[in-house]
Order: sequence, then C-alpha cells, then structure tokens
Amino acid sequence: MKLVLNIWRQKNQNSRGGMVRYELDGVNEHMSFLEMLDVLNEQLTEKGEDPVTFEHDCREGICGCCGFMINGVAHGPHRGTTVCQLHMRHFRDGEELWLEPWRAAAFPVLKDLLVDRAAFDRIIAAGGFISVNTGSAQDANTIAVQKHCAELAMDAAACIGCGACVAACPNASASLFVGAKISHLALLPQGQPERSRRALNMVAQMQQEVFGSCTNIGECEAVCPKGVKLENIARMNREYIKAAWAYREEAAAGGGG
Amino acid sequence: MSTMAVGGGLTRSASFYDSVIGKKAVMAITGFILFGFVLVHMAGNLQVFLPVHANGVHPLDEYGAKLRAMPPLLWGARIVLLVAVILHFVAAIQLSLLNKRQARPQRYVKLAPIVSTYASRTMIWGGLVIFFYVIYHLLHLTIGARFVNPTFEEGHVYQNLVSGLQNPVVAIFYMIANIVLAIHLYHGIWSMFQSLGIAHPRYTPILKRVSAVLAWVIGIGFCSVPLAVLTGFVKMTGGNL
Amino acid sequence: MNLDSRCPSGPIEQKWDKAKFEMKLVNPANKRKYSVIVVGSGLAGGAAAATLGELGYNVSCFCFQDSPRRAHSIAAQGGINAAKNYQNDGDSVFRLFYDTVKGGDFRAREANVYRLAEVSVHIIDQCVAQGVPFAREYGGVLANRSFGGAQVSRTFYARGQTGQQLLLGCYQALERQVGAGRVAMYYRHEMLDLVVIDGRARGIITRDLVSGKIAAYVADAVVLATGGYGNVFFLSTNAKGSNATAIWRAYKKGAGFGNPCFTQIHPTCIPVSGDYQSKLTLMSESLRNDGRIWVPKEKGDKRTPSQIPEAERDYYLERRYPSFGNLSPRDIASRAAKMVCDDGLGVGPTGLGVYLEFAEAIGRLGRTTIEERYGNLFEMYERITGEDPYSSPMRIFPAVHYTMGGLWVDYNLQSTIPGLFVLGEANFSDHGANRLGASALMQGLADGYFVIPYTLGHYLAGVKPGNLTPDDPEVLAAQRAVEDKTRQLLAIKGKRSVDSIHRELGKVLWEYCGMARNRAGLEHAIAKIPEIREEFWKNVNVTGENAEMNQALEKAGRVADFLELGELLCRDALIREESCGGHFREEYQTEEGEAVRNDDKFCHAAVWEYKGENQAPERHIEPLEFEYVHLAQRSYK
Repeated sequence: MKLVLNIWRQKNQNSRGGMVRYELDGVNEHMSFLEMLDVLNEQLTEKGEDPVTFEHDCREGICGCCGFMINGVAHGPHRGTTVCQLHMRHFRDGEELWLEPWRAAAFPVLKDLLVDRAAFDRIIAAGGFISVNTGSAQDANTIAVQKHCAELAMDAAACIGCGACVAACPNASASLFVGAKISHLALLPQGQPERSRRALNMVAQMQQEVFGSCTNIGECEAVCPKGVKLENIARMNREYIKAAWAYREEAAAGGGG
Repeated sequence: MSTMAVGGGLTRSASFYDSVIGKKAVMAITGFILFGFVLVHMAGNLQVFLPVHANGVHPLDEYGAKLRAMPPLLWGARIVLLVAVILHFVAAIQLSLLNKRQARPQRYVKLAPIVSTYASRTMIWGGLVIFFYVIYHLLHLTIGARFVNPTFEEGHVYQNLVSGLQNPVVAIFYMIANIVLAIHLYHGIWSMFQSLGIAHPRYTPILKRVSAVLAWVIGIGFCSVPLAVLTGFVKMTGGNL
Repeated sequence: MNLDSRCPSGPIEQKWDKAKFEMKLVNPANKRKYSVIVVGSGLAGGAAAATLGELGYNVSCFCFQDSPRRAHSIAAQGGINAAKNYQNDGDSVFRLFYDTVKGGDFRAREANVYRLAEVSVHIIDQCVAQGVPFAREYGGVLANRSFGGAQVSRTFYARGQTGQQLLLGCYQALERQVGAGRVAMYYRHEMLDLVVIDGRARGIITRDLVSGKIAAYVADAVVLATGGYGNVFFLSTNAKGSNATAIWRAYKKGAGFGNPCFTQIHPTCIPVSGDYQSKLTLMSESLRNDGRIWVPKEKGDKRTPSQIPEAERDYYLERRYPSFGNLSPRDIASRAAKMVCDDGLGVGPTGLGVYLEFAEAIGRLGRTTIEERYGNLFEMYERITGEDPYSSPMRIFPAVHYTMGGLWVDYNLQSTIPGLFVLGEANFSDHGANRLGASALMQGLADGYFVIPYTLGHYLAGVKPGNLTPDDPEVLAAQRAVEDKTRQLLAIKGKRSVDSIHRELGKVLWEYCGMARNRAGLEHAIAKIPEIREEFWKNVNVTGENAEMNQALEKAGRVADFLELGELLCRDALIREESCGGHFREEYQTEEGEAVRNDDKFCHAAVWEYKGENQAPERHIEPLEFEYVHLAQRSYK
C-alpha cells in the first residue's frame, strides 16, 4: 500500500520545526508502524537525506521509548497499543498521516519526533520509591498483601512511562503518570511508611516541571497503552489532600551521640 | 530537588492552594456550593408556574419576600456565594493559564480527542460565559440596574421576571446561558468528586450518569422559565400587587 | 592471560560466606572518596549503581537510553527463580544450583552457580520490600509457578511483566540515590571506549547522544553491565539499541572474552513475516505450560490447523521427550523446531514455524483461566499477527534471545583487567552453555545487589582513590582515538545504509552460526564476515554529522563492532568441537539428533584474548571442575 506522511522535522531543541511531506510506496500490512518508518529512512538514506529521528528500543511495547502523535492521537488509532506494536493493517491504502512529537513544556523536542522525558525521572527521584537499602529486607512472605491490592498495585505499576498521557491531555498534565506511581506504592503495605511524604514530594516535583493540572477529561486513560485507569488520579488527589492537611514533619530533634 | 510542601496553619493552607491539586480541591468544594445554590435557585424559579394565591399574591413574590425578611440568612448566603465564586473563578483562571499557556506552549498541528466530552474540554469557556451571564443576571433581575432593566421594580419578583424576559433577545440569551451552565455541570458535578479523590469503578459510572441527569434537569428547569414567558405560557398577572 | 578464578576453597555451601568474610572493607568515611563508573542501568547495572550509592561510594551511572527505566531487562516476561521452597515441593538452594549447572550443560563454574542459588532468596526479599507487585495467593502470600523446564515451582512473577516490575523496583532504588545526590546519572550517553592506565580500568570515553560531545570520565573502578550481544544476528528478541560496543571495546583493551559461541535461541517467538522485519518478539515461555507444540505429520499440508485431525498431528516434543514434553529446555525445544522445519513440516507462509495450541488447555481449564494466565500475551500476539490465538493456534519459531557468552570474570566478577567488573548478561555468566528460564533476572540482580557491593569494595580497599583527571595524557589519547573513529565513520559517505549491512551480517550468522553449526559453514562464515566488514568501511553511508543527535552514527558504531564480534563468535564455534547447550555442532550428535558433549576435550571455558588489528585472537582456557554435580549426559526424555 501507499501512504502520504506529513512528519514533523526539527533539527534540534533550539530550532523551529515544521511539517514535511513524504510519499511512501510498498508498505506491507504486516509491518509495524516503526518498520514502515524504517523503510522510509532507508529510502532517505539512499538519497543522502537525513533520516527521521524517533525514539524506540524494545519494539515490544514495554520499554516505553516510542511514541508520537499519529493524526492527533497519541500512539495512533489502535487502543492499548504503543506505536511499535501498531501494525499497518490498521491503515488504508492511500491514507494521509500526520506525525508529530509529544508536545509539552516539560518534554522539549530534541529532534524530529523525539522528546526529552527526563522530567519523569525527576518526579520518581522526588519520591517514587520505597526507601529500603539492599540487604535490609525481611523474608518476603512476612509481608502479606491482599490479592486484590496486589492486583490493583500491579495495574498501576504497569505504566511504561511513555508520556502518551501527557501528550494526549489538553492540559499537558502528568497526573496519570504520577497517580499511577503514587497508587502503586500506596496500595501496598510496604509503601505505607512514606505514603504522605511521597504524595507531597512527587506532586510538588510534578508542578515544578510545569506539567498542567488534571481537569478530569480522560484522554490520558484512553491513549494509555497499558490501560492505566483514571481512578489512579483520584487516588493521587486523595493521598495528596490527606497528606497536605494531616502530615506532620518529624520533630527536629538532634541525633544521639 | 523539591522541598517538602508542608507547614502549619496559614502556610499549610497557602501551600495547599499553591499546588494544582489544592486548587482543584478548592474548585471542587466551591463548585459544590455553587451547584447547591443553582439547584435551590432553580427550585425557587420554578414557582413561577404555580397559580396565584387567592389573595392575589404570586407564590414567587411571597418566596422573595420571605427571603428578604431574613437578612442574616440572605446576606450570609450571598457572602458565601460571593467567596465561592471568587475562589472558583481565580483558581480556574490560574489553572487555565498554567494548562494552556505554560504547560503546552506549542500547539499541535493536529489533535483529535477520542473519548473526552465536549463539556470537559470547554470548562473554562463555559465558566467564563456563566460568569458574565451571572453579572448580567444580577444587574437585570436582582439589583435591577436601570441601564440593563428599565422596567425593574424593587420587590416585584414575578413582574420583573416576566417583563424582563418578554424581550426575545434577552430570553434567548438566558436560554443559551443556561444551556452553557448545563454543559458546565455535565462535567462539573462528577468531576468535583474525582478532584477530591472520590472515585470507585463501581460508583463513578453511576455518578457520571447522575451528573448528566442533573445537568439536563437544571438546563431544562432554567430554560423552561424564559421559554414559558416567550411562548406566552407565563404572562403578567396584571398590576395587582 | 591470567585466568585464576579466585574461587574460595572449602565446601561449596561455605564458599561465599568465607569469601565475604575474607574480603577487605573500605572504611565508611573513605567510601565517598572512591569513584565508581557503572555502565548500563538494567537489572545488573541499576542494582549495582543503587547499592553502591547506598553504601556511600561516589557513583556515576551511564545509559544510552533516555532513562534507566528503558533498559532491556524490562522486556523479560516470565519470571524470576528463587530457591525459597515456599511451595514445599522439594526445592532448595542445592536443587536450584544443581538444575542450573545441569541446565547449562556443565559449562559453568560450580562455585558461582552455587552463590547465585544462595542469594536468589534474598533477591525476592529485596524486591518485595521495594514494592514489586508479585502475584499473590488469596492468603496474601507470594504465588509461584513452574517455568521453563523446572520440576519445582520456584518462579516468582508479576503477570507477564516480571522483568518490567523488577526493573522498575531497581530503577526506583536508583532514582532514590540520584535524588539524594549519591549517584550521578548520565542519560543518553554511550560508552565508546574503556580507559586502561597501568593495566587497570580507570575510566570510559562516552558520546553524548544529544550533542555529540565526546568526553572522558575517570574513576577508581569501572563496572560494565551492558547486556548481551544477541543483536549481532540483526534479528533477535533484544531491543534495537542493545549492543556489544562496551564489552567489545573492553575486549580490545585486554579483557578476555569468554565462550562467545554460547548463544541462546528461544523456542517461542513470533515468526518472521517479511524482509522489512526489524526485530523478533518473544512469546513468554510460560505459554509452554499450557500450550502444546505440534506440526502436521504430512509434508506440505496446506490445511488450516483446525482441519487437521488429531491423528495427523505430530506433537514432536511430547513424543521425543515424554517426561518433559512441551517444557523441555530452550536449546532442545528450539532445535527440535528447526529439525521439523528442515524436514519440510513447518507451517505458515514461510514454512518456518510450528503451532503452539491452547485448544486442549481451554477445554480443560476454560477460556477465563487461560485469559487470566496469558491474556496480555495473547493480546500481543494478536496485535502483531492479526490472528486470534484463542480460536486458532499460535505460530512460533525460535529466535536469538540471550547470550551466555561475554567477558570472562572471576569469582569476584572482575575481568582480566583489574578494576573492570562485568555483571549480568555482559559477563560469561553462570549459565554455562544454556540458560534456564527465569534465571537471567536472577543473575542480573544477584550480581548487582549482592555480589558487586562486596567484591568491588575488596578491590577498592587495595587501591588509592582519586589521582587521575580527565585531562591526563593517556585519557586524552583514548578520547582522541574515539573522535578519530567517529570522524572516519562519517567520512565514508558510501551508498549503503548501516541497517542493510547489519542485516547481511545477521543472515550469515543465523545461517552458519545459528541453531546448528558445522565446520564447513563456520569456515565459510569466517571467510565471509571480513568481506562484509570491508564493504562496511568502504561503502556505508552514515548521514549527518557528529555534533547533533545522529541515530545513524550510533548504529554505525555498534555495527562496526558487531562485524568484528561476529567473526569471533564463529571462530569459537569452530574450535569447540562438541555440542553443548546452545552450541550445536551437527558433527557431534547421536543418531536421534541429541547433542553430544566432549568432556575430555572441552570441559572448559574458552577465553579469547585480543591480539591487535588483523591478528588472530588467542584462545585460552579455564578448566571447569565438577565436584558436586557429576558430569552426565543431559536427558529430558
């Protein structure tokens, strides 16, 4: 099949980008979307032109590297699928497609379709963890976890950090990403000791990164390739509100000798 | 690195408000208050359809007189509402500037929403329309400013209402504004709960349906009055007051 | 080349305790004076960086991806083994040790494997404490399943995303150290060379993949945890970015390369669908717990699978290996699939595929149970192939998945270059000639969380901290060499894309050094690969320039190394005249096609030493002794 591709080309973070139109023939319906772009890049290389830069790694839908907008939808038309797993059988012969990078102040475009998502790492570094040094853990089965809690925690932990939620959100909010991590850890007994601090610090960092606020629109949930639920945002709100009013900082007593 | 966003007393509420979640919580609570007011106000308005009492007094006028007879309650409510409106409005503007200007400085060439409702995406615009409508409405039928409503007579609620809405332009404007209000509430009612962290896969879908029904009820309830005046179903009872 | 394994003496169950006690310690106040570079941020590297940061060392961690959370450990699906014996089904540290040595076809060091089994139990404790949401029973305790040919249920799992969850646990621990300022994280930095000064590893040269800046970083020790080299085959289940550059440059700087020919072919991958194929996708081995593998008995049977009656199907694994059946180890299952396809019985458009059917399991357990167990895998299969595996069988075919070979390390995980430690898949590992399912995650985390913190400390306690800066003449020389090579790649501006040459190399390796190898084929490949290499250096087109984000340049550097590594792989395979584990030489098999090991001549690890450009590398050996698990022919019949 044949496709018309309008692709956002941008040389680097400081330059202005724009849409460039390409026509691509010989697309096979069994190709993945990225394999289709590989073919385009192969042709561009042969012509001595700069191939299109896009982030990708595992191509199995789990590493979270890939992702861009296809016709205004994050990860494209097939729900619950990252672009690396999106196959060309979902497109029509002769279709015109528009490919754009995620757009958010917190995700600057580095080149073409590739953005910098280090903001997500900084949010995790602000509190998305359980403080347990290697070697200090008790036997695993001494912590009993209700099965449904473990399942809910797993649902939230399934997030791959691709950033589609931010991209699809009209407010460029990272609430689904942050909510998922806060939920994952708040649902487990291991996460309780740092529950309040975590919510406060992660939300503060999210704001510092200039992500927008959640207005409960729900586009994030719809494009999430891992089906992370909006419910997690409500849980984040709950955790944050509770923590903001009830959390007491530890007494500032000095350490012993 | 972030610093812990906590403190005591005033600092605590200030830093709570500083956070996006805090602002949304404030919007949810004030939204709840305003929604409560809207429901009561609609119930009050619907009295326009009641028959005139034997003594010639319209129930709506009686209701208005009763409210005015209790100044502490009336003014208490007005102050609460005013504060709620201010907080709701300021938080909305602040968040909106963050969301539309700061968080996404560069727009998409193409963006296609796939599940979100029209209501949810237009909250800020709906909110602004409602805000200006409320100001107009206060000048038109509560304060009765001459330049807005020359026929206004203090205390004659029913008469003011009917005469005020007999102008088709005004009546249609009222209806449009109330449809906008309904759309705003369509998303707003369930959204309040989500913002306060109240969500459950079993109840949230029900909540969404209830919100939709309430939004329709409020929209139809409010529109019914100008529509009734416009179609002549409700008319002046004569200068019997 | 000194190949002293430095295994402690004494009974095997006491070796690790003894080693830990005998190791020198670094005074807590001095730890921050020691700087350590960790390259790679997957399970091994991430765990090492986090743990070393917790201990107080001055750690810098490098990854080429945009975040440590992208490392390819994330793609492991099935689970992680641990000798917890929570199921009371007869598991023990010794049994896990025994199974791993035997599963590796007696080509791993006993002491290392025992330690791996021993620390496996702590890994689960650590991961649970970090909040890894492992599957649970209703009573709240951890659930287990049996996996990949094990006869006990010792595999812990988090749906089909165990690798992801373990990696996220590790990533979070690492980010905690980053937040605390104890680990400096360098994202999008690719290691392009190792700095060796006075015979010790003292730093690395990296390219910043955003700006193109080539820079040197120095430290008191370097830890490589950069994964395997499966992508030398072009098509593999590895991530597109997975590469051998770090270990290959270390090899060229003097680190011995152990057993390069031990590559693992995973039996359950989605078959290739066309020339454009960019990678292969694994379907978790756990599918073999309930799926049955078969091909039609008749050659060229064009009927749809549902039209083929039971009697005309050959469930060849169940037939040939009655006691293990569909759960036979990976090397055996892969080879069996190749054999039936070579006989013309393969299915699908290419004839390179076998059926993996769930009809029987769906009938027995119900669709709901199958959905619960494998729902996400079935969805993935459908997404990729467009076929519904609930109604018709999956088609699967073996694919390159893991490399047991890697840089040689001693018991302390130190390579032949002092101060260079190698962890996880990057080392020549504890898996011998074949890795068992759910053991890679275990090894990565064992190395990172529980081994390196001790052994690295022991090394550092013996050296003086600091005393080297990035502007040292030797460091600068290494940096210039990298800059020169980069310029050279960009200057070729020939006709062919990097990928097209990589594909060509991959085809040669898959054909002649894949699931089955023979002398003639290997000799052909050894002659052919230098030709491809020459073509690359003459005719590749690396577009763009250095001072920008340039994915073509990144790939070119990696492929240039694969073109050299591929040859070593074939050389090693040629000399190892036996069949063992993932290395199957057609000349050495029984009449029924089973592998025949030659313990008299090859009961050793082969370690290759780089001898310079255009020089044949030299092969050394580390003899292997088996005191506790007696050498025996593996039998899964």
